[in-house]
Amino acid sequence: MMGKTNILKPALICFCVMTVLCGILYTAAVTGIAQIIFPKQANGSMITFTLKDGSQKEYGSELIAQEFTKPEYLIGRPMGMSNLSPVGSEQKELVQERIDWWHSIDPENTAEIPMDLVTASGSGVDPDISPEAAQYQAARIAKERNMSEEDIKKIIKKYTTGPFLGIWGEPAVNVLKVNLALDGLL
Amino acid sequence: MKMIILQDILYIVLLIGLSIPLGIYIYKVMTGQNVFLTRMLVPVENGIYKLMGVKSDEEMGAKRYALSALIFSGIGFIFLWFVQMLQGLLPFNAAGIKGTSWHLAFNTAASFVSNTNWQAYSGETGLTYLTQFLGLTVQNFVSAATGIAVLFALTRGFVVREKKTIGSFWVDLTRTTLYVLLPLSIILAIVLVSQGVVQTFGPYKDAAMLENGAAQTIPLGPAASQIAIKQLGTNGGGFFGANSAFPLENPTAFSNLLQVLSILLIPASLCVTFGKAVKDSSQGRVIYIAMMLLFAVSLIAVTASEQFTAPDFTGAAASASMEGKEVIHGTGASSLWAVATTAASNGSVNAMHDSFTPLGGMVLMFLMQLGEIVFGGVGSGLYGMLAFVLLTVFIAGLMVGRTPEYLGKKVEPYDMKMVCLLVLVPPLVTLIGTAAAVSMPAASSWLTNSGAHGFSEILYAFSSMGNNNGSAFAGFNANTVFTNVTGGIIMLLARFIPMTAAIYLAGNMAGKKTVAGGEGTLSTSDTMFAGLLIGVIFIIGALSFLPALALGPIADYFTM
Repeated sequence: MMGKTNILKPALICFCVMTVLCGILYTAAVTGIAQIIFPKQANGSMITFTLKDGSQKEYGSELIAQEFTKPEYLIGRPMGMSNLSPVGSEQKELVQERIDWWHSIDPENTAEIPMDLVTASGSGVDPDISPEAAQYQAARIAKERNMSEEDIKKIIKKYTTGPFLGIWGEPAVNVLKVNLALDGLL
Repeated sequence: MKMIILQDILYIVLLIGLSIPLGIYIYKVMTGQNVFLTRMLVPVENGIYKLMGVKSDEEMGAKRYALSALIFSGIGFIFLWFVQMLQGLLPFNAAGIKGTSWHLAFNTAASFVSNTNWQAYSGETGLTYLTQFLGLTVQNFVSAATGIAVLFALTRGFVVREKKTIGSFWVDLTRTTLYVLLPLSIILAIVLVSQGVVQTFGPYKDAAMLENGAAQTIPLGPAASQIAIKQLGTNGGGFFGANSAFPLENPTAFSNLLQVLSILLIPASLCVTFGKAVKDSSQGRVIYIAMMLLFAVSLIAVTASEQFTAPDFTGAAASASMEGKEVIHGTGASSLWAVATTAASNGSVNAMHDSFTPLGGMVLMFLMQLGEIVFGGVGSGLYGMLAFVLLTVFIAGLMVGRTPEYLGKKVEPYDMKMVCLLVLVPPLVTLIGTAAAVSMPAASSWLTNSGAHGFSEILYAFSSMGNNNGSAFAGFNANTVFTNVTGGIIMLLARFIPMTAAIYLAGNMAGKKTVAGGEGTLSTSDTMFAGLLIGVIFIIGALSFLPALALGPIADYFTM
């Protein structure tokens, strides 16, 4: 039979070439182009403000959820992922705890709670909630902040994105952006 | 629900529309014809051949082709194993991550070399940037290219007559990478960055949270470049632990559409390529239709299950199941992705499969258990499907008492032995792996869910590894010595035994004469054949897995 070295040599060289080409050159090229054309997105879509003294302050990424628990803020989905079966007993208890928590911070609100507020996301850091979930909280935020419910709804609407081309995906409200706007920072 | 139906239909229209031109393009690449990139890339291509010391018109027999593919993959495996263990000492380690354990490194190396991308680690805490781009990104490319190369070889086996050779592995691998995978990946990666997928060598960022000023770490890295090929090459391994559910890996509805299209794009195109190559487009079309029908039925089943069988909670508004799903994707885009990723042997997720409803999760599991042939992995899906085609031809031949033929080639005992290896190895290693895991005393401590759903977590894990998919019911704690080692071995067996069988099948087919079809020849390009094919696929899958499914998702459904 033909010697194995006849295969081993091209195999080794081929592997090295592919490593340079697909590992180093390709990654470097994409990084270079990305950093030039889309520097904000390529570096985590951070929300940055320049303070009065000229220093920069980063309030986090607009794509990564932050935890909000105070009633004057728009509150997002439960943090962390569960991997629980939606029909299991563990899940049932957990959802009940969340429902009770929502009632405890907003006892006057007797509406049914939108599902996304009492279920965990896949990433555990879902930056969005559904428009219904935001509407559900509008009256509470308005009362806590002595603002009109209309103003709150306007801010919510401003940071709501629709499906792509009106077809793919679901409408969503970016929680962090709404809260930055509520605090007058955005 | 209307919107979900609309987005699914438009998805399928887009997929078919893109797969036809791309399939024709890949056919030209496979046969060495000029394409619009030829002028630019030919010097690079020839340079690579010169370095390797091979000729662009070199031909290989089955044995040499198989040894080349195996040795090439073996080198990649050893390199990847050691890079992970030594990563703590190597550069591009801004987060100060240490080397991984030997068994986790073994599992991950086996996983990426076999195009599985099962992940027992979480990218942002477990691997350095160097391991990701120099180790994993490279295997994302070359394991995909290897699968496509083997499909080219098998296709040539049907086309050529009385020849001893089936093409050159080095040429197939190089051309696929240069002309197909790299250009598509560059474009996709940059569009993904525009949507917010990160691409940087800079360190993780620390931000102070708005409400209480507490620190929050934003993980970064050269992600978009890896995510592009992760989808296009049906690899599926996420740069970050939560895969494409993580917003920095898949930030918008548009990025989601691009990624879910990329999952099926090349596997679907290859059906067109096959039809062109065997000079009878209807042969490719019938396979495409069979795959698309299985895909569409699964999509309807999963979407309906997620939409209508979600549990009600008193006090919460009735809705589709949202546990483990992102708001921007909802049930529609999450179900579409889940079906695409398990139909193809991709394995990336944009929602947690563990939190799918019992019947939805069962369909996902069953799609993998069919052997990853409903589109399947790039190359490997179609060569697996061709094994089922031969099996169907063989069974039909037995029923009417004629020597079975496919594309003018007689199907003989040697061919059927190779077909059996292709068809039966994945279910065999899946079931053995599941049985071994269940009999481990510590098994129950690896699970997040109790009862039947806990068993589903184990069955899903071994179905995923035993069919080179890579997705998980992620509540299963996979990073144990037992699962890492047995899982690693299973992934290698499930990849390389069928692959070698496909190459030897190609070699044997190439040597045969072509006989002209007659009156009694079974047509392999009409709807009746598509029906027969689906029937055979379903029977093999159901016979192998119904008992196990009854203990897992079916029991889960009836006890909910």
